[in-house]
Amino acid sequence: MIADAKSTSTPMVNLTINDRPLSVPQGTNLIEAAAKLGIHVPHYCYHPKLTVVGNCRMCLIEMGTPQIEPDKKSVLKPDGPPEITWMPRPQIACATLVSEGMAVRTHSKMVEECRKGVMEFLLINHPLDCPICDQAGECRLQEYSVDYGTGGSRFVERKVKRPKKVELGPRVTLDDERCILCSRCVRFCQEVAKDDVLGFTDRGGHTTLGCYPGKKLENNYSLNTVDICPVGALTSSDFRFQMRVWFLKEARSVCTSCATGCNITVGSREGVVYRYTPRQNDAVNSTWMCDAGRLNYAWINDPRRLTRPLKNGQSAEWSDALPDARHLLREAGMKGQLAIVASGRASTEELFLVRQMAALFPAAAVDIVGRTGGHDQILVSADKNPNTSGAKLLGLATGKLAEIKKGIESGRIKTLFVQGENLEKAGFEAGLLAKLDALVVLDILPSPTTQMATWVLPGAAHVEKNGTFINGRGRLQRFLPSFSVKGHAHEDWYILKELLPEAEHTQYHSFHSVFEAMVRETPALAGVAWEGVGDQGTPLDLKL
Amino acid sequence: MTIKIERPVLKWHENLYFPAIWGGIKVTSRHFWKTVGNWISGKKYGMITSTGRVTMEYPEEKWAVPNEYRGAPTLVKDPDGRIKCVACQLCEFVCPPRAITITPEPIPGQLPNATVEKWPKEFEIDMLRCIYCGLCEEVCPEEAIFLLKDYSFVGESREELVHNKERLLELGGMRQDKIYKWKNK
Repeated sequence: MIADAKSTSTPMVNLTINDRPLSVPQGTNLIEAAAKLGIHVPHYCYHPKLTVVGNCRMCLIEMGTPQIEPDKKSVLKPDGPPEITWMPRPQIACATLVSEGMAVRTHSKMVEECRKGVMEFLLINHPLDCPICDQAGECRLQEYSVDYGTGGSRFVERKVKRPKKVELGPRVTLDDERCILCSRCVRFCQEVAKDDVLGFTDRGGHTTLGCYPGKKLENNYSLNTVDICPVGALTSSDFRFQMRVWFLKEARSVCTSCATGCNITVGSREGVVYRYTPRQNDAVNSTWMCDAGRLNYAWINDPRRLTRPLKNGQSAEWSDALPDARHLLREAGMKGQLAIVASGRASTEELFLVRQMAALFPAAAVDIVGRTGGHDQILVSADKNPNTSGAKLLGLATGKLAEIKKGIESGRIKTLFVQGENLEKAGFEAGLLAKLDALVVLDILPSPTTQMATWVLPGAAHVEKNGTFINGRGRLQRFLPSFSVKGHAHEDWYILKELLPEAEHTQYHSFHSVFEAMVRETPALAGVAWEGVGDQGTPLDLKL
Repeated sequence: MTIKIERPVLKWHENLYFPAIWGGIKVTSRHFWKTVGNWISGKKYGMITSTGRVTMEYPEEKWAVPNEYRGAPTLVKDPDGRIKCVACQLCEFVCPPRAITITPEPIPGQLPNATVEKWPKEFEIDMLRCIYCGLCEEVCPEEAIFLLKDYSFVGESREELVHNKERLLELGGMRQDKIYKWKNK
């Protein structure tokens, strides 16, 4: 954000907005300056992360400059403040930068009249689609219609018809009649996604948004255009007609699809996740996220989710599962026949408990399953585990996976504990796992590995529990639950602490006690507090 | 803070209760003789049924409910046979006892009303939960939901009293439409 660029070299500028004095860095525009005072200047086309074009005309304000005498001194009013020369016509706040002594009125009579005029023009050709429009409830046009719209329309002519239900690409659906021509999506594709495919054709009321002939809006960031569209013109084909936004309960979370750890808001209703949307964090993802990460949530709603402990595939009780699994692990540990495959998708707290387990039983070898894939220059990281850094910090990413595999082959490893991983994808064939005496798996979905397991312990998805990930740049970020765990499953920290030797159980009475123990025993996390991590995360000084 | 209320101290004749019983008998006999008088003269008044009797042989006989009565909510179609509901879910949101559950769906492209784009795949009103408040009718931006005068529903199971889309449309029938809002989309 321009307004946040506070450096010693940027001189500060003094101005008054609605008679309230304010000092902001030079180069700040009036929308951002007013926001510092908590004043919202209505706008459609302005977006803090995109260039200013000033084409919606909604952010009109009244401004004036101090009167200057020939000797360059301000003319003062009898009671002290400088005399202001108000400009006779309104200016757009987004493209007007602050200047010394400037005076601004954001809600004067003239300004309100202008906004009402702009709203009337915008609504002339806008269809009455609100009952079927996905944007309803989070639509700027609806909000400003309440503030500045008229109850009825003076327009008696026929509304202009434009294309509806246009598939711009595999993930974005366009309704041209709803478009107010703010061009945010066009600028996003040019400036952020670097995939210049959108543009306007025709003129006046017939201006139509569309893709260049022969091209599609199919880049991996296309769904951000849906987020920044202030109206319901661009809608997500995935979320289209699935749920009205006012039903969605929102929880602050972190994307699990790669090591970037984009901050997200999870929208869910009654235990079903409907969408992920990016949440602003300028240190990580700005206000964007990739389409692949955004659409990677269906597994949470999977009807096959594990909701009961399973013993050799048969439903069982926790009261049998936990002591029996603990016994199996301890016996194998004492004989030196235990290995643990942890997960880079688990939270740092869970990995901390796995490390405790590996140290106390003890395990002959521990490792995580690495995942790599394509990356780009914008957000996507090649490391597809959200918490590889956490595993490295706790010393669990040892690179001994091949050794564990050999150990099983040679019969040296007899018991394996697997945390949320499908080992078939890591090169452990069913025949290999069949050589084990016992296989204890903590997971949320059935996989070839859970089918082979002696005990399957059902855990929770990240939207069902608290936790932290450490992203690829060493930023500790927390995620919060949207809803509670499904069926008879438990949060993972609870299962993991129950698997530890009995003497260790009482010290971990809640998730937060695990977090605190982890902070206490990890030097790199010294001084970190759960509240202090906040919604924006905290950078760690890691030497990985 | 506690408010202390003193019990009234009764006099000796009040403690006998006979004066209170006599007062009750007086009220009852007044109504009795008034009714007998009305019956003899054939005068009808108040809530007495068409036969002049005070009681009514429900369910063969039923109250004539006033026009403003709020009974069961139903879904209606327009004269072209289009389901007027577009699954905006405002009624689901406003419903105080959460009796309404809607599953929205895009209208398949080959249907004549596909320009409306959205309709309910399933629309359920749990009549065991419904409190007949009429907020769903009031909030509907498409005039697709109407409350009938029917108030009595009988079923042998809880499932039977959850009205689904077919049942609601069957109850609601067709309504005249002045606007045909979606016709020229």
